[in-house]
Amino acid sequence: MIAAQAGQSRAQAELLSLLAPRLRAFFGRRLGRRADDAEDLVQETLLAIHTKRSSYDPRQPFTPWLFAIARYRLIDHLRRVGRRLEGPLGDASEVLAEDNPEEGGVRRDVAKLLARLPGRQRALLRDVKLAGFSMEEAAGRAGMSVTAAKVSVHRSMRRLMGEVADEDR
Amino acid sequence: MKTVELIAALATAGAEPAPPRRPSHALAPAVAIGAVAAVVLVAVWLGVQPLSVAARASWFWIKVGYGLSMAAAGFVLAVSLARPQGRIRAAGLALAIAAAAAIWGAAVYVAMTSDGAPALWLGSSWKSCPIRIVVLALPILAGAALALRSLAPTQLRPAGAAAGLLAGGLSVVIYGLFCQETAVPFVALWYSLGILACVAIGAMAGPRLLRW
Repeated sequence: MIAAQAGQSRAQAELLSLLAPRLRAFFGRRLGRRADDAEDLVQETLLAIHTKRSSYDPRQPFTPWLFAIARYRLIDHLRRVGRRLEGPLGDASEVLAEDNPEEGGVRRDVAKLLARLPGRQRALLRDVKLAGFSMEEAAGRAGMSVTAAKVSVHRSMRRLMGEVADEDR
Repeated sequence: MKTVELIAALATAGAEPAPPRRPSHALAPAVAIGAVAAVVLVAVWLGVQPLSVAARASWFWIKVGYGLSMAAAGFVLAVSLARPQGRIRAAGLALAIAAAAAIWGAAVYVAMTSDGAPALWLGSSWKSCPIRIVVLALPILAGAALALRSLAPTQLRPAGAAAGLLAGGLSVVIYGLFCQETAVPFVALWYSLGILACVAIGAMAGPRLLRW
């Protein structure tokens, strides 16, 4: 960066090529589904690093300067897009994740399908496939043997898959 | 445009050196130009009182001291907020708070130890004083905003407020060239209100004025 400030264009090119992937990761992580905009933001930020390069103080660490600019470009972008963000940007990825409409839809569909199963089968399937219990733990919770639980889960899955396939036809 | 192409283009453009720039070196001249404009404005619009008389009076220097302290606080804050990773410097805040506390302490003391307190607080120009301070601050605020935008502030609202404090503080000094109110309580109340209004304007306009 210091060499870039001195007007060495090789150093400038090297610096920007080095930063581009880091910025891509930074924006990609925070934009979630709007990843298309990430590349625009990477370019905007590279441009800002270039035009504002005299605002970097060589006595200070470089990374905070870089990410302060990246964060500023991100806030500016989100404001333009019309999504109001309050508070520190650490929360932004959570806000965006919660807002993911596709995920919400999937969750609703799964709940609907599960409702078709009889109570014990439903609880067992939810424990194993969604809540993340092991087969042994889930069998214990349902009061079955592990083998019986495996069979039950298998049957439930086959039944639901069959029903979904029928509906799709 | 591909990112790779952009980098190549920027590297070519980057052949000009851009040495590190101190925010204070950009801010000070712009503010000075704004202040000169404000002095001309006060002379044309309101008129300047005979300074040879005023300069012998303590109230004149109290206004100068109060205004300059606030302006210095605003300058410190604006300079540190002019960089991307800028922080709100405690020193700047402390200076502004100390100046306000000093003038209010003096005002309350004066008001309590003399008769006719309402007159001390209201003077004869309280209705126009804060508004005039704001008007005189506008050219300074404009200069500060232009300078700040050419730097790289990322917290636009605090940066705008700091510019407002800087402009309001200087404006108070310049308004003091005209204003013949002599009571400290008057200064504490109405001058402070004028400065506060400048800070509020700066904070409100910051996100628009300083965007880059």
